[in-house]
Amino acid sequence: MAITLEDPRVIEFDVRTDEMLVNMGPQHPSTHGVLRLLLRTDGEVIYEVTPHIGYLHRCAEKIGENLSTPQWIPYTDRMDYLAGMNMNLGLALAVEKLVGMEVPEKAMVLRVIIAELNRIASHLVGMGAYGLDLGSFSPFLYAFREREIILDLFEEACGARLTYSYITIGGLTHDVPASITIPSGLAALTRRSPSMKLSWLEALEMFLSWLEPRILEYHTLLTENAIFIKRTAAIGVLSREKAISYGCTGPVLRGSGVDHDLRRDGEKIYTRMYEGYEFEVPVAPFKKAPPEVILGDNWCRFYVRMMEVVQSIKLIRQGIQKYAKAEGTYRVPYKMTTKLPVAEAYLETECPRGQMGFYIVGNGEDKPLRARAKSSCFCNLSVTSELCQGCLIADIPAIVGSLDIVMGEIDR
Amino acid sequence: MSPADIHQQLVRQFGDKITGANVTALDPWVEVAPAAIVEVGTYLRDDPALLFDALNDLCAVDYFEPDAKKAAKFAHQPHVEVVYHLYSYTLKHHLKVKAKLPRWKNDQAGELPEIPSVSKVWLIGEWHEREAYDLMGITFTNHPNLRRILCPEDWEGHALRKDYDFPLEYHGIRGQ
Repeated sequence: MAITLEDPRVIEFDVRTDEMLVNMGPQHPSTHGVLRLLLRTDGEVIYEVTPHIGYLHRCAEKIGENLSTPQWIPYTDRMDYLAGMNMNLGLALAVEKLVGMEVPEKAMVLRVIIAELNRIASHLVGMGAYGLDLGSFSPFLYAFREREIILDLFEEACGARLTYSYITIGGLTHDVPASITIPSGLAALTRRSPSMKLSWLEALEMFLSWLEPRILEYHTLLTENAIFIKRTAAIGVLSREKAISYGCTGPVLRGSGVDHDLRRDGEKIYTRMYEGYEFEVPVAPFKKAPPEVILGDNWCRFYVRMMEVVQSIKLIRQGIQKYAKAEGTYRVPYKMTTKLPVAEAYLETECPRGQMGFYIVGNGEDKPLRARAKSSCFCNLSVTSELCQGCLIADIPAIVGSLDIVMGEIDR
Repeated sequence: MSPADIHQQLVRQFGDKITGANVTALDPWVEVAPAAIVEVGTYLRDDPALLFDALNDLCAVDYFEPDAKKAAKFAHQPHVEVVYHLYSYTLKHHLKVKAKLPRWKNDQAGELPEIPSVSKVWLIGEWHEREAYDLMGITFTNHPNLRRILCPEDWEGHALRKDYDFPLEYHGIRGQ
């Protein structure tokens, strides 16, 4: 017999629940910065999620219109502040495309090394913070121990630890140092003398051979952890079609099974940097995935990042080999006051979080008419409301964490 | 398919709704009449020879020189352009689509120009259009939720307009 609400037997036991509006953020620890999610819930079940962004907005695009393009580079550092080098590279390549500039081979090799090293650092934070979101504390500490050494190495190369402005139009601001004192963290971990002298690339090589076996530990800690799998597998499933239509890029797109990586499929000016390198593009579904995992869920997105770290290590190793034989210098000069042609160029590069695009419209002056930064996280975040519908409140940190967003880049 | 072929195909299909093109530019582009943008967009997405399934970027550019001295040398007529960067994951080709709008609707300062929304064609269009509305002041008609996205709801003006006046005060917070 069909029971209706008018049936007195039902009303007697009917516990009426009202819809509730819950504000998650902007100071919530699991929202990775100042993101406010407005949840419309019925008890624990989510009906609707509305992301509210803009808390870090400083209109970097307007600032870019009032500066010449080399002066805008430090502002790109502050967009995705976990991968400043990749942001610098994106803008530098877009301007080089616009003015038709050739970069020497040595600069290209160094750019690959630096960009991939920053990708490792960024994915380490992504991995550590994701563990933290799901209540597992130790991976975060390991991730930061490793990242610390990468930051030490960046500090030796360019003097900054977070906002580098190292990759610039025409190449890099400096060559990597020929002789440094071993970073103290690396000395402690590899049991070397803290006063040991070596070249920057040797220190990098030493770090990589130390890091590589550690990745297995992260897999044991997180990827294969039963609790972690329960929290991530089959949750937040994003279909291939939705991923493309929502403009998702990077690990989010590849986690949904689209085989696309700009380092291989991008424009010539970008892919020629990676010519002669051997690397694979990790794409879901994975053979090693636990049986609970569905294509396009949280676990797939996380695993794509982990596999990319391995590929980046491989790329850096090949870069170190190529550096010894590379010709040319680390930089061709580009004047601060160079006038941009009356033309426009748009270029996307593969940043750790997805495809970051820079669009520069020149107008015969040194300052561009329009400086546009298309954020990858902005597009990746737009998919949240789609993913969170019908899931539980506790799943939201797992879903938002798996998108690996950085608010500095979304708000620009 | 080369950009010239794409342009030819679009002209055959849509005639004078395709108002211009530059197929030899750094990023080849096709200009579309604003009223036809949804129709052309849907065709670009669904035609088996084009299949532009991804909207990589949507942004607006303000072609205007507020300084009267420099305005004489300014290379463009004052107008606002909405720029769509399209990509096809299946066929791996790019296309840039532009739509030219007046800076103000009916030349009345403060009246925002209008263009139909492509948020039904590419879902990401919804957020990009909210951003373009917020920062450049373009009304996207038929948009499901056209609110400001980066600036607060009560912000005045559109910051990326070339003649934007910087506010001196916001809720008691003094600016420069």
